[in-house]
Amino acid sequence: MSRLSAANETLAREIISRYPRPKSALIPLLHLAQEQDGYVAADAMEQLAELVGVAPAEVLGTCTFYEMFKREPVGKYVLNICTNLSCQLNGGEELLHHAEQALGVRPGDVTDDGLFTVEDVECIAACTEAPCMQVNYRYEYRLTTSDFDELINDIRTGNRSDLPEHGTLGLVRQHIPADRLAGNESPEEAGTPSWFASRQPAPEDSGKA
Amino acid sequence: MTATESTEAATGVPFFLNGKSLTANKGELLIDACERNGVHIPRFCYHERMTPVGMCRMCLVEVDTGRGPALQPSCMLPVTPEMKVQTENEVTQRAQSGVLELFLINHPLDCPVCDKGGECPLQDNAYSYGPGESRFVEEKRHYEKPIPISDLVNLDRERCILCDRCTRFSKEVAGDPLIHFMGRGSETQVNTFPDHPFSSYFSGNTVQICPVGALTASPYRFKARPWDLTATESTAVIDGTGARIALQSSQDELVRVLGVDSEAINWGWLSDKERFGYESANSSSRLTEPLVKTGSGQTSDIGFAPIRWNNALARTAAALGANPERVGVIGGARLSVEAQYAWSKLLSKVALISNVDADLGDGIPADLALGLPRASIAETVAPGSVVVLMAGDPKEELPTLFLRLRHAAVEDGVSIVEITPRRTSLTKHAALSLHPRPGALGSVTEAMANGSFSGTVGGVEGSDLQAAAELLGSDRPVTVILGRANLAESSDFLRDAVQSILTIAPNAKFLPALRRGNLMGAFEMGLAPGFGMGGVPTEGGCSTEQILRAVVGGQIETLLLLGADPLSDFPDRALAAQAFDQVTNLIALDTFLSSSSTLADIVLPAAGFGEVDGSFLNIEGRLSPIQAKVTSKGQSRDDWLIAVGVAASLGADLGFSTLEELRIDLSANVASFSQVDWINLGRGDDGPLLDSTRDWSPEFGERKAVPAVDGYGLALVVDHKLWDLGTLVQNSATLAGLPEKAGLALSRSDFEKLATEEGERVTIETERASANLVVTIDDSCPRGTAHIPFRLPGFDVGELISVSSPVTTIRVAR
Ligand code: SF4
Ligand code: FES
Repeated sequence: MSRLSAANETLAREIISRYPRPKSALIPLLHLAQEQDGYVAADAMEQLAELVGVAPAEVLGTCTFYEMFKREPVGKYVLNICTNLSCQLNGGEELLHHAEQALGVRPGDVTDDGLFTVEDVECIAACTEAPCMQVNYRYEYRLTTSDFDELINDIRTGNRSDLPEHGTLGLVRQHIPADRLAGNESPEEAGTPSWFASRQPAPEDSGKA
Repeated sequence: MTATESTEAATGVPFFLNGKSLTANKGELLIDACERNGVHIPRFCYHERMTPVGMCRMCLVEVDTGRGPALQPSCMLPVTPEMKVQTENEVTQRAQSGVLELFLINHPLDCPVCDKGGECPLQDNAYSYGPGESRFVEEKRHYEKPIPISDLVNLDRERCILCDRCTRFSKEVAGDPLIHFMGRGSETQVNTFPDHPFSSYFSGNTVQICPVGALTASPYRFKARPWDLTATESTAVIDGTGARIALQSSQDELVRVLGVDSEAINWGWLSDKERFGYESANSSSRLTEPLVKTGSGQTSDIGFAPIRWNNALARTAAALGANPERVGVIGGARLSVEAQYAWSKLLSKVALISNVDADLGDGIPADLALGLPRASIAETVAPGSVVVLMAGDPKEELPTLFLRLRHAAVEDGVSIVEITPRRTSLTKHAALSLHPRPGALGSVTEAMANGSFSGTVGGVEGSDLQAAAELLGSDRPVTVILGRANLAESSDFLRDAVQSILTIAPNAKFLPALRRGNLMGAFEMGLAPGFGMGGVPTEGGCSTEQILRAVVGGQIETLLLLGADPLSDFPDRALAAQAFDQVTNLIALDTFLSSSSTLADIVLPAAGFGEVDGSFLNIEGRLSPIQAKVTSKGQSRDDWLIAVGVAASLGADLGFSTLEELRIDLSANVASFSQVDWINLGRGDDGPLLDSTRDWSPEFGERKAVPAVDGYGLALVVDHKLWDLGTLVQNSATLAGLPEKAGLALSRSDFEKLATEEGERVTIETERASANLVVTIDDSCPRGTAHIPFRLPGFDVGELISVSSPVTTIRVAR
């Protein structure tokens, strides 16, 4: 897959207009591309390069810096299983092993039905809830192997509609009205942004005891 | 300004280097201040011509600014007053050895098979500052051995130390950010985007500045070891910029060209043509013996037989001496100034031939190149000045000059006003871009001069005219880069434009954009119609166009080609072909058999690049030395010696038989050269800027009428690409495949009228010829124009051009 759809291209332009310099929009745009296809396709990166006015190599440079941008197709659900210390002590390794067995894949691989990618990750900042796992970066805490099986089953049978497909960052999209955009002027040349100018001055006595 | 600040500005910044009290310049980086004071700080990423980034930490030194000593990267630190710096104490030494130990964890120890071995900063620094032994016993990181990142450059990622020099160069200096760091941490590597190779015209510079052997150039890879090389400093003769180079050879063969940092010219950078074009000198197709044509004279039956030099010289002399007004001489830009002088003296004083032109009708008239007030490159790019570009795309024609111009626009506040038939590589950085329709250059500049800013003139909006006129009329210094932006448009329009610009900016100076080697030298030496040596006007003399016409008309029957290939380079193919069909005697002095010299009756083999001593006069009028590094091929001879030989066959003596005698004679006879110190030429400096003031100025005459616009046709724009079918590119093994195929480029709106698809073939037609070309959309073409580059494979656009029409209009159909 490919370049952005027409709707996403419009969205991309809106995102770009939020930043003083088009290039600054690159990371949200990479997310947008990943949301569309589940991964960041090479064609999409070329298009992003055109949109923000940089060379494709620069987009790839940014993209490769972040592990969470996938440049190859991944499963609809990416399962990040933590095997760092706290999780390891609480059965993280076993959980990973179980996941490999249950899904028939090695870490990094996609299941044949294209549904799951299993990843062996370092600390995901939920040590108190070990062993833990993320499904498309949404947490599952204190997971036993049977919890895991149940979860997989729920996803397969469509009972986890709360989990968006891989690539979706938030379920609500942010929209900034045109009159409140910063615009594309460089920060050196830009005047006071409207959203700033429209602020009321702080009341005289604010900050006093 | 406080008292200390003002003394700093006047006397510099006092600091202590290893206990010694010294002064730095205001704002000077510590690493530079130390170097200037004789203390070398090891470095990898720092490069004087690029922004410091502090990537490698090799330059750590202990610095105390009053808050106690600490290790600091000296390439990122401007010297501040009373700073105390220790570059040799134990702390610094431990830092240096630590940094090197870290580098060598992953850097392979394949020095014996690495091209860089022997001249490698990493190797050198490891010896001088390194720990000697590594504590790392684990396996090193491995990557696939070199991957080609372009046709010319290979990348061995294992060896890369991530100094950011190549990537910085490509973005900051060349403006082609095609390589970038990919990944993160220990996985970081330099790479390209898949299927977007590093095909920058300047890619070779990255090989030169890479501090390890990670980047290697295909032409040099595994050819030689640094300790087998000997080098000499010379000048690149490929275009008129005259970049300074080092020529390196091994076993009497040129193997490498490096850029030399010359403040006045190229700042150390080279285009890949200047860097790798030396390959052609080693080509097996070089001419090595004098040849005489055999066979019936039918094109199908042409062959050559070797003859002896004295025989060849005698025949040449006979052909030249017989009837001087029936002889035409074309070319001379490939020659050194000395050889140009010798030939000029032979032609004007001995053979009395006046039909001489070193330009092939594709540059600018000699009187404009010689007679307009000249700007140096440094003046042109001086901060705050205005540059008017009325020439072909500098990136394609004068690439090293392009780097200076780009830097000037991006970093030094130079405003570029582009008045060109289509967008160029500088458009992105230009203050204003005006694109007059072909034929309208004169009227557009005239409107600027007259202040008629209403409506549009020649396709340019009145508001743009006004803005340009204001910039040119401001009190900022103005330089016009004057060249030929369109071969399918008469150069008379250029003359009109110059006249108009001089009314807006009477103090404007000019930098002639001459893309053909030593053309400035040739003009200065009198190889130009209407000019003698030293730019002195003379009577009579035909230009190349007139010579070719005279051959067709029967008034000229002998043609001498001084390294020129008019059959390929003269814009009007039909005229050139007809002349070559009709000429009775054709003599060619050349290094290769070109399409023109293949037809010659006598071929005189000349010594080539890297084989002759002499000098070069660049577009700003700077004289720099050309040095021989290897012996000339076969029996080929220095061009000037051939002139001496021909003179002798005519029973004349040119007055010199050595290069030294020639130079004395030259200095005595050409005023601008009278002060040249030949012995020390270019030793330790960039060479002298010769006086180019004249006691005459170009005449402008009648303004040319603006050709009527053909509403059904498109005005043709023909210009040069760096990689083309020229002799040099085609005889350099690695470069030969680089020219892209000829195609037709149109603006989007003209393209849409055709109702075809990009990449499809369309028919183009002029009164002269028709052709079938692949069409693409190109936003750099204004509406109503069509662009086809000159001398590319697939189609010879010269077939469409007629020099007698002021512009060339084509019809395009599906
Ligand atoms: S390839 Fe060479 S120049 Fe480029 S970052 Fe690596 S070491 Fe530096
Ligand atoms: S030279 Fe200073 S950090 Fe590299």
